[in-house]
Amino acid sequence: MEIVMSAVIGLLFAVAVYLMFSRNILRVLIGTLLLSHSVHLILLTMAGLQRGAPPLLFLEAGSYTDPLPQALILTAIVINFGITAFVSVLVYRTYQEHKSVDLYDMRGAKDE
Amino acid sequence: MTLLHIAVLAPFLFALLVPFLFKYLRKIHTGWFVMIVPLVLFIYFVSYLPTTSDGHTVMKRFEWVPSLGINFDLYVDGLSLLFALLITGIGTLVILYSIYYLAGKKERLNHFYVYILLFMGAMLGVVLSDNIIVLYVFWEVTSISSALLISYWYTKDASVYGAQKSMYVTVFGGLTMLGGFSLLYVMAETFSIREMIAGSDIIMNHELFLPAMILVLVGAFTKSAQFPFHIWLPDAMEAPTPVSAYLHSATMVKAGIYLVARMTPVFGGGAEWFWIITSFGIFTMLWGGISALRQKDLKAILAFSTISQLGMIMSLLGAGSAAFYYMDGDNALYTTAILAAVFHLINHATFKGSLFMVAGIIDHETGTRDIRKLGGLMTIMPISATLSVIGLAAMAGLPPFNGFLSKELFFTGIMNVVQYDMWNGDTIGFILPVIAWIASIFTFTYSAIIFFRTFRGKFKPDMLPVKKVHEAPIGMLISPIILVLAVLVISIFPNMLAYTVIEPAMMSILPGILSEGSSFYVDIYHWHGINLELTMTIGVVIIGTILYMTMDKWSKLGIYQKEQDIITTVYDYGYDALIKGSQLITRAQMTGMLRDYLVYMLIFIVGLMTYTMFRFEGFHFSMENASDIDLFMYVILATLSVTIILLPKVNNRMTAIILAGFVGFLVAFIFTVFRAPDLALTQLMVETVSVILFMAVFYHLPNLTKDNIAPLTKSINIVVAGMSGLMVTFVSISAFTYGQMTPFEAISQYFIENSKSLGGGYNMVNVILVDFRGLDTMLELLVLGIAALGVISLIKLRVGESDDV
Repeated sequence: MEIVMSAVIGLLFAVAVYLMFSRNILRVLIGTLLLSHSVHLILLTMAGLQRGAPPLLFLEAGSYTDPLPQALILTAIVINFGITAFVSVLVYRTYQEHKSVDLYDMRGAKDE
Repeated sequence: MTLLHIAVLAPFLFALLVPFLFKYLRKIHTGWFVMIVPLVLFIYFVSYLPTTSDGHTVMKRFEWVPSLGINFDLYVDGLSLLFALLITGIGTLVILYSIYYLAGKKERLNHFYVYILLFMGAMLGVVLSDNIIVLYVFWEVTSISSALLISYWYTKDASVYGAQKSMYVTVFGGLTMLGGFSLLYVMAETFSIREMIAGSDIIMNHELFLPAMILVLVGAFTKSAQFPFHIWLPDAMEAPTPVSAYLHSATMVKAGIYLVARMTPVFGGGAEWFWIITSFGIFTMLWGGISALRQKDLKAILAFSTISQLGMIMSLLGAGSAAFYYMDGDNALYTTAILAAVFHLINHATFKGSLFMVAGIIDHETGTRDIRKLGGLMTIMPISATLSVIGLAAMAGLPPFNGFLSKELFFTGIMNVVQYDMWNGDTIGFILPVIAWIASIFTFTYSAIIFFRTFRGKFKPDMLPVKKVHEAPIGMLISPIILVLAVLVISIFPNMLAYTVIEPAMMSILPGILSEGSSFYVDIYHWHGINLELTMTIGVVIIGTILYMTMDKWSKLGIYQKEQDIITTVYDYGYDALIKGSQLITRAQMTGMLRDYLVYMLIFIVGLMTYTMFRFEGFHFSMENASDIDLFMYVILATLSVTIILLPKVNNRMTAIILAGFVGFLVAFIFTVFRAPDLALTQLMVETVSVILFMAVFYHLPNLTKDNIAPLTKSINIVVAGMSGLMVTFVSISAFTYGQMTPFEAISQYFIENSKSLGGGYNMVNVILVDFRGLDTMLELLVLGIAALGVISLIKLRVGESDDV
């Protein structure tokens, strides 16, 4: 399972990076979203999958899944949401100011 | 912290006061206060004279970084005391002179005197430190203060150019020297110069001996303006004249001489040291002499003359290092060279200092230093003219002045090389005295040019910027007069310095070659009978005079017309190429496009990871312990893969958002399968809100279009993306496999066991977040808060029309 997951994670990462190479800023935004998914899944996979019960003590199972990666991922999801919200508004404002979503057009050559 | 330490630090401490003195006591010239420092220090250092002339030394320790063996150790012996006296003595006179030289109301005296004091303290530190790391620190401070002083009139382009050049050259040398010092430490395992001298046998036979020596010598040569590093000194003449007299003739440029003298016991005694120093020194002497002839600016002539004289002292130190080969006590065969070096060092400081000051006076009173415009000043400025005559005669080596005495000793010392029966001294050594003699002719000629072109000839008032030319005020003349008096006193009673200063200095440069209890015996006198040296001097005078007489003829030659040093041209080209080259690299790399930056970063990371995996066998692969795969997971993962592969191809914004949202929900599903209910819940929430947010934002944006990317760029993108994905897969597999292999217990066990007892909760993930790692979560909230503020200000706040975005 972990090996197959790793392959999927690699695919997710590759597509995310490819999207971030785009000229269109919206694709870049979606790329960052996929990138964070792949990172979350890596963290989960590293610890090993499907080992024991969910990390809830009242289940009184013999063994539990590693709770630490889950805690890290939870933090990451929330932070990522904050960043996504900020960046999407930034994209919106950038378009309002420059009337363009093309990153090639937006590069500043003026103040070099 | 002893009185000696305070003496070294006193200029730095006093420098703190200078801005206040300048601001609140404007009626009195700041220089008067500053002058107290070197004067007191000079008197203090004079009190050490009896100690050193008895052959004793003083060592004071102040621990700085004792664990690394770096201590602020001060060491007073003959050599360092000689330099300390020069620094404080000439320093006093220079500051006195500067009071009149910088008398203008608009001069930024607070800057000037802070820099001067900075330099003075650093220079004292260089010559008194026993620890090479401390010495290095002070060494660099002298470079910095020198650059600051050169750019004192920073609105002039030439000043800035000169300051930059001196900074590049001397700091380059300083760093090289630090490399040499590190190698010395590797060899001797100490930073103390005295301990290195004691262990010089180990250093001499070490394989790093030659590299260390060359690196240290580059430092000394850059500082002392030896060919080909001399190019910064002429441009340093843009500094105010007191600075030129102080730093760029009497003290700072002699730091390299000091270092060579100080390191002679460590490195000396081998053919490499002898030949490198002697040949570079003698060639610099010749090069400086030839270049000085071509200059039309008084200070430029003096600058090249300083280069030439420094080369002369350097070559003498090289010749004298033979003492460590023979080790047979006070043998005049080579100790004469060291004697000449020390004696000329003192003489040069006296006559060159006074000459610079007179050049400054001429500049100050006439408004120009160009010898083509000057002339006939003898009757108008009689005192300056007299001072010049004496200084120039001493520089040209005319009897009975002190320059003559040291020049004779120089000829003797350099000719003795022919009698060395090793290092090819007896075969090709004869070339040294020949070059020395030719260079001395040039010295005589440019001395003649300075005098006759400035003070004799026709007075050309219409070519001078200043209309009413008269003699300088008496205050300005005091310092050169004192220096010229010193020239005269040394000329008449040369042995006055022998016992007090020269012999102790020779003891420091040549320690350990004398038998116990004996000391050097120095006796300098004028008349040696008609010998080779005197004949050489006579020859110098005759040919030099002929050369001056025929100046009108050879001054029409092309080589004379071109003033610029060939090495300076090389430097300028190199400097331009450096700037252009770095701009080229920067432009190629800083394209302003996100895609390029990402590509560079990813290629680097992938490369690094690949290297690491191969180098440290980081890749592990094992199917053991891997969990089973349920059938439905194949379906889920296949759906996920197809969705993400489709994403880049979608050109409709709404489809793209929905697909991205779909990926998010699938990830939430995977979380559920893998026993992470909290994650699944959070992911569902966040994904829902994100999709709504995207809908809201994308609604206002134009629809997606097909990316118009060049085919080559596109294929590079695909390759880089694929490589990155592959790397992530490998990292993930390795991390998992390696995690299963290691015998360590996961730290998670602690959380599993304690979340009830310590955190009081059943949901371990929640307990970790709010309890064990509570502070992290709080800061996470802070991040969210900042993001929210950012969102609000982006939407609400508007930049006004006039404001630049």
